[in-house]
Amino acid sequence: MLTFAQTEKGCIARIEGPMTINNAMELKNQFISALRASQDLELDLAAVTDIDTAGLQLLIMAKQQQIFVQHNLTLIHHSKTVFEAFEILGLVSWFNDPIVITRQ
Amino acid sequence: MDELEQVLGLYISESRELLDEMESLLLNLEQEEDKNESLSGIFRAAHTIKGSAGIFSLDDVVNFTHGVESLLDKMRDGKIKPNTELTSLLLNCKDHISLLIDNVEHKTSQTKYDELNGKALLQTLTTMGELGSTDTTQEQPIVSTQITATAAVERVNSPEVTSDNWHISVRYHPDSFRFGMDPLAILRYLATLGKIESITTLFPNFPSAFEMDPETCYLGYEINFNSQADKLEIEGAFEFIRDDSQVHILPPSSCISDYIALIKALPEQDFQLGEILVQSGSLTPNELEYALGLQRDLKSQSINMPLGSIVVNNGLTPQPVLESAIVKQNQIREVKTIEIQSIRVDAEKLDQLINLVGELVIAGASSSLHSQHSGDRILIESFSILTRLVEEVRDAALQLRMVQIGVTFNRFQRVVRDVAKELGKDIELVITGAETELDKTVVEKISDPLMHLVRNSMDHGIEAPDVRMEKQKPPKGRLCLNAYHDSGMIVIEVSDDGAGLNHEKILKKAQDRGLIKDGEAIDIKEINNLIFEPGFSTADAVTNLSGRGVGMDVVKRNITALRGTVEVQSAFGKGAIFSIRLPLTLATIEGFLVEIENSSFVIPLNMVLECVELNETNSDINANCQQSYINLRGEVLPFIRLRRMFNLGGNTPNRENVIVVSYLGSKVGLAVDKLVGEFQTVIKPLGNIFSHIQGISGSTVLGSGEVALILDVPSLVQKILTIESAKAVYSQV
Repeated sequence: MLTFAQTEKGCIARIEGPMTINNAMELKNQFISALRASQDLELDLAAVTDIDTAGLQLLIMAKQQQIFVQHNLTLIHHSKTVFEAFEILGLVSWFNDPIVITRQ
Repeated sequence: MDELEQVLGLYISESRELLDEMESLLLNLEQEEDKNESLSGIFRAAHTIKGSAGIFSLDDVVNFTHGVESLLDKMRDGKIKPNTELTSLLLNCKDHISLLIDNVEHKTSQTKYDELNGKALLQTLTTMGELGSTDTTQEQPIVSTQITATAAVERVNSPEVTSDNWHISVRYHPDSFRFGMDPLAILRYLATLGKIESITTLFPNFPSAFEMDPETCYLGYEINFNSQADKLEIEGAFEFIRDDSQVHILPPSSCISDYIALIKALPEQDFQLGEILVQSGSLTPNELEYALGLQRDLKSQSINMPLGSIVVNNGLTPQPVLESAIVKQNQIREVKTIEIQSIRVDAEKLDQLINLVGELVIAGASSSLHSQHSGDRILIESFSILTRLVEEVRDAALQLRMVQIGVTFNRFQRVVRDVAKELGKDIELVITGAETELDKTVVEKISDPLMHLVRNSMDHGIEAPDVRMEKQKPPKGRLCLNAYHDSGMIVIEVSDDGAGLNHEKILKKAQDRGLIKDGEAIDIKEINNLIFEPGFSTADAVTNLSGRGVGMDVVKRNITALRGTVEVQSAFGKGAIFSIRLPLTLATIEGFLVEIENSSFVIPLNMVLECVELNETNSDINANCQQSYINLRGEVLPFIRLRRMFNLGGNTPNRENVIVVSYLGSKVGLAVDKLVGEFQTVIKPLGNIFSHIQGISGSTVLGSGEVALILDVPSLVQKILTIESAKAVYSQV
């Protein structure tokens, strides 16, 4: 579930719940609308409870699209499960977002 | 327990058996005229252990055993002659394999020390192999870990890549998600097999955001993977996706041509992929250049090397090799099964069977009783046949648990050899009565006390060769293990022709420790038994093996726990005999059924000598007294009234019966109300609550459904005798 909010600094999109193959189609449509809405989008991942490769692909899609149209996309507040998935796939440096690593 | 665990369990117990066999063959090797047969046996054991270990990917075991096998192979071919040094080395190797198998069982990995030890052994094996080998074309034992992946593979002529890591390329089929595949899960699994050194996720065909289908997989990876796992295992991680995706797995140190094949096979641009390989650390830049050069060369010379042949030549598909290994393995296993002619049964299942047979015996007895009451001749007749059959079934079932003690005895060959060497003594082990059978659980439990007695005899008993010469004994000491049946019990003797027990020394020590008072009269038997006191040691020097003052009391305690006894006979200067008496089995009893008031008791039949009637003329009867004597053909026989002993109440009948039981040469009488007769039964142990009750060793169920208690005769005899001696002391005062 993606919620979108406009703040003074820019736009923040927030994803809550799982990002998996089960809701990938629905999420993709929400992503597309969010991406269109702003030049500087922050994507808050703090509330992502579960992510699989399909979910990751959506993030890749978003990033590639914003690069393509020369907009900014920043992923923030990676939840633990997101961070772990990024690490496994070696995608941390590709997204190149600041990640706060909390002590286990 | 899943299937793999079960098969692994089977492998572990089979390996242990093979290792035992290997050890006894090794120990016999020196004495044998024709060594070929033993050598083949030893080789076969090592080979089987290695082969099966390969199937379970137990690399430690495979590597080590391979080294051992190579040496054994040369010995078998006669290139190396067996000698004592080699035997010792191989015995040590056997121990190391044992250790590795233990690790497999407990799922632990080798400690640093063991690992080093293993390496040192392998090194020695190699040196031995080289020294002894007259063959100039020596094959180095393969010590690398990827035997299954790299062995038996011919390489095409191209240099090896220096990387120690696997390289895995994966391109997922677009429909992977729809098939329920999550590449993340596969990577997580892969990470359990080793360390993912680097991973590059590729999505070269990723469409624009609008065209992208979120349910299609666009990903691929290049992974640089560090692992001790074999190729089959790594392939296993990708098993489910292989059909519709591209997976290439290159083992460590593959040829550059393999990488060329990989680069060719993947959809990306040659150069781009090459870059990734370099980045991930799988290839060095030089190697990449060489590879691309070689590829160009091949292209320009229009040599069409079929990809398939490159792949096969370079060991990408080791399955056929592996499959044939497994087939061969199975053949060996089949042969082995025929040789042994036995099957392995879970001990628990056997216990269950024996329990059921016990119930059957009880139910049979009950039915037989009813048939007697009915007076129907035909019914009585048929029940007598049934009873006989049930008894045979019971005997056969109990027989299943019986094993020969020889296996346990033979283990001591090794102990004696090693300990004698350590002590600088020359000792031979003589085994007799190895075919004597007893219950498996007893065999297992007796092994530790026996070990202690054997070590004790070697250390304290048998003297060093020069001392023996002075005493005019042969320099070679003798240690004997003997077993035989004696009145329903098994006797195991550990004897030696050593120095024997020094009574004076023991006595002095006992006085020092306050165990006996000065001037107290004490007979030789009692002196000997002092060595079983806790913390009692007469050793002058504390050695590695014994003399720390622990042990003999523990030995005694362990044996007592098995309802057995241990005693020692000794002749100073000539030797000592330790005799352990144990019940044959802990499960069954031939009993004599008696009644007191309304309670039934069973006395183990092997301890019953006779039954006599109690009358006033032959005894000092006082009905209120718990204990008295009777005159048994002129002999004084102490007896005890079980009625009073167990506080059963009621009145003593006019005619009492005395059952004379004997234990270790002491006779006592047990007075009861009524004799019922012989009775065969299966012992049911008493619950924990009753474990402290003296004089009762177990219970059994009668045909009528009543419970009868089994009397613990040894403890009763002891009790009566102590009361006797206390009384004697009392009356003297």
